[in-house]
Amino acid sequence: MGNKQTVFTREQLEAYQDNPFRQRIAQVFSEDGDGHMTLDNFLDMFSVMSEMAPRDLKAYYAFKIYDFNNDDSICAWDLEQTVTRLTRGELSAEEVSLVCEKVLDEADGDHDGRLSLEDFQNMILRAPDFLSTFHIRI
Amino acid sequence: MGAVVIQWQNFHLPCRRPVFDFQLMHFIHSCLSSVSGVQIQVEEEEEDSEESSSEEEEKLPRRESLRPKRKRTRDVINEDDPEPEPEDEETRKAREKERRRRLKRGAKITHIAFPASPVWDSGVGLNFRPEFESQIFEEWKLKKELFVMLEAKQFVNANEGALGKGKGKQWFAFKMMMAKKWAKFLRDFENFKAACVPWENKIKAIESQFGSSVASYFLFLRWMYGVNMVLFVLTFSLIMLPEYLWGLPYGSLPRKTVPRAEEASAANFGVLYDFNGLAQYSVLFYGYYDNRRTIGWMNFRLPLSYFLVGIMCIGYSFVVVLKAMTQNIGEDGGGDDNFKFSWMVFTSWDYLIGNPETADNKFNSITMNFKEAILEEKAAQVEENIHLIRFLRFLANFFVFLTLGASGYLIFWAVKRSQEFAQQDPDTLGWWEKNEMNMVMSLLGMFCPTLFDLFAELEDYHPLIALKWLLGRIFALLLGNLYVFILALMDEINNKIEEEKLVKANITLWEANMIKAYNASLSGNSTGPPFSVDPADVPRGPCWETMVGQEFVRLTVSDVLTTYVTILIGDFLRACFVRFCNYCWCWDLEYGYPSYTEFDISGNVLALIFNQGMIWMGSFYAPCLPGINILRLHTSMYFQCWAVMCCNVPEARVFKSSRGNTFYLGMLLLILFLSTMPVLYMIVSLPPSFDCGPFSGKNRMFEVIGETLEHDFPSWMAKILRQLSNPGLVIAVILVMGLTIYYLNATAKGQKAANLDLKRKMKMQALENKMRNKKMAAARAAAAAGGQ
Repeated sequence: MGNKQTVFTREQLEAYQDNPFRQRIAQVFSEDGDGHMTLDNFLDMFSVMSEMAPRDLKAYYAFKIYDFNNDDSICAWDLEQTVTRLTRGELSAEEVSLVCEKVLDEADGDHDGRLSLEDFQNMILRAPDFLSTFHIRI
Repeated sequence: MGAVVIQWQNFHLPCRRPVFDFQLMHFIHSCLSSVSGVQIQVEEEEEDSEESSSEEEEKLPRRESLRPKRKRTRDVINEDDPEPEPEDEETRKAREKERRRRLKRGAKITHIAFPASPVWDSGVGLNFRPEFESQIFEEWKLKKELFVMLEAKQFVNANEGALGKGKGKQWFAFKMMMAKKWAKFLRDFENFKAACVPWENKIKAIESQFGSSVASYFLFLRWMYGVNMVLFVLTFSLIMLPEYLWGLPYGSLPRKTVPRAEEASAANFGVLYDFNGLAQYSVLFYGYYDNRRTIGWMNFRLPLSYFLVGIMCIGYSFVVVLKAMTQNIGEDGGGDDNFKFSWMVFTSWDYLIGNPETADNKFNSITMNFKEAILEEKAAQVEENIHLIRFLRFLANFFVFLTLGASGYLIFWAVKRSQEFAQQDPDTLGWWEKNEMNMVMSLLGMFCPTLFDLFAELEDYHPLIALKWLLGRIFALLLGNLYVFILALMDEINNKIEEEKLVKANITLWEANMIKAYNASLSGNSTGPPFSVDPADVPRGPCWETMVGQEFVRLTVSDVLTTYVTILIGDFLRACFVRFCNYCWCWDLEYGYPSYTEFDISGNVLALIFNQGMIWMGSFYAPCLPGINILRLHTSMYFQCWAVMCCNVPEARVFKSSRGNTFYLGMLLLILFLSTMPVLYMIVSLPPSFDCGPFSGKNRMFEVIGETLEHDFPSWMAKILRQLSNPGLVIAVILVMGLTIYYLNATAKGQKAANLDLKRKMKMQALENKMRNKKMAAARAAAAAGGQ
């Protein structure tokens, strides 16, 4: 992890992963929301992403990661961002919007056009491979 | 009013553990309030509240959810009583009268008085307000005072060390230090246990390069290694080691010696490779073991141990596989497909990936999945020519059945031929003839799956469904092969049992000759060497158990070799060819045909499962099999890890394999069941050979249990057990079990139905909400439009 330092910067983390959500992970787990993590934050991150973390905890953090604008709900813009990053821009805009519509259709329980934490948890906890993909092995 | 305020300021507690404070307070509170009905008001110091600072509440919830909650109750702190109203004469007289009446009755005392006796001053130092010192003390009965005092003394003695005073201090400090050391030891032990898990780094590297589905094969392999390790420890320590240490050595008994006829070639490599010769007459196989009831100075009961270890291996395997299956069952979400797109968006990225190439592949596959799903959504369900599809699928299934039948017949024919070869002289047979059957089985297992893949092209299923069909067919193929093999073995066993009768007759003749010769030598010169027969010369009876064990061992070994050779040729050489000949080839070898191989997860997992089935079948007759399997799994791990990293590429199409785990474990359970059936059948219904093994001389193998019960257990126990095996009782037990199964089944069905019902209700509710919201939104829009 480099020489002794107390803060792990965003740039250093990017060198280690090809994960499309790497910046979001760093932002969510860092204290100041800026992507700079202390040792405690680092440990928290690995603790949540490990095998032993309970499902609810993982669902909570997954929600925070996918909530790009930090407004405590996953709105259509967040979904667009997620899909774009997942496909690295290969899908056309129309396809992306279709996917976002379908997601909101499926998972939005109270029909306010956004996914709240309950909607998200309700949906993600039923997914069979959520635990195996949202997991980093140390 | 009669209230005692205990001021804690003067009560110095060096230890800040809140639990202790609570205990002490609670103790005093309870003992004082149990004596009288008085309310105790307790004043407390302000302590640092360590855990519930307000800033913590705003932080992320991890601390609360990860840390167990500690219960703390604090007594109500009431500093001051309201001042008593000034009384006039009448109320004062009434009060006094009331008090005297109560005292006469000896009932609840409304106030407490502490006599300022020397007893109280030692130990617990309580200050009390001077107003109450003037109370009359004899109201409190001496018995109660003594009782309370004894309790208080006990409590103080128990906790004195924590108070920091008196003789308990060092013991308490010692206890605290030991508790801390113990916690540290537990933590270090957990770290050690985690570090002991083997091959963690290898699996991590594979995971990051190939994703979680390929790594699941290696995790499965590691789990099997653990199971086999336990089986090996059982068979080695309880069967092979005692026989090696305390049994009669090689050469002392006829069954432990290589017969004279085979002696010349007993140590040849070819013979040893076939597990004949010296390898056959050793602790590795059933036939070497002697049937004496106890061996050695410890009177180790070998036949009993042999039988029990065999049963325990099967039992342990069942338990461990069932446990693994039930662990996974709870995680299955329920299998509804309402959230197809949501799951695709939120769970398709595999956070384990750490390699750029794999990440590229993952991105591509995600994009393709999205595009396919979108197409499915957009396009109407065009009914293609359904009759053509049905005909093609029927054709494909027909070909598959042909293949299965052909492979079954091929194996049967190979087994028959190997029986013929066994009659002939071994020297006239080449390598192929000797190993024909094993080679045939292994080759079939290698090539038929590719045939199935070819036929599946005709069927045009969705890839996931096609994968399931393929797995099912391969499973049927391997199962069929295994059972044909067993049938052929049973044939041979029956032959050997027939042979036994002839050999028995021969042996009686030979013994008669020997007795004649012995008598002759006795009557002759008595100074000659004593008459003895070398064990190697004694004619031997056939030993079908050793033969069965040998067959399984040979099959396992040839399977291993086939796998390794396939990997070397099919993966490694092919990768070398593609890599180095690409420069001088017409078309692009890497992207076109043949390109690098992908790691075939299902094929490898099925091979692993079936090999394990063979181990389970053969380990009763060849105690060395679990050991051989351990070696095999160990080398397999390293070899396949290397091969995967070096020669394979990540799969282009990545499928969800999470449900595959339950599927594979289910197959493992089925194979376990199917492999233990023949073994149990053989134990229960076939007579053991008369000339070899720990059960020789008995009518059936399980009689060893009855014998142990008679000889080693007190007679009343044997009587009880005999009563227990009374048919009436057994039938009753079976009936009860059947009823229980039926009842549990009905309960499970009922619960599933209730579950579905609830889900449906939730869906209806969601739909209703949707409709209502739409209506409301429409009404609002209409109102807004109307308002404008």
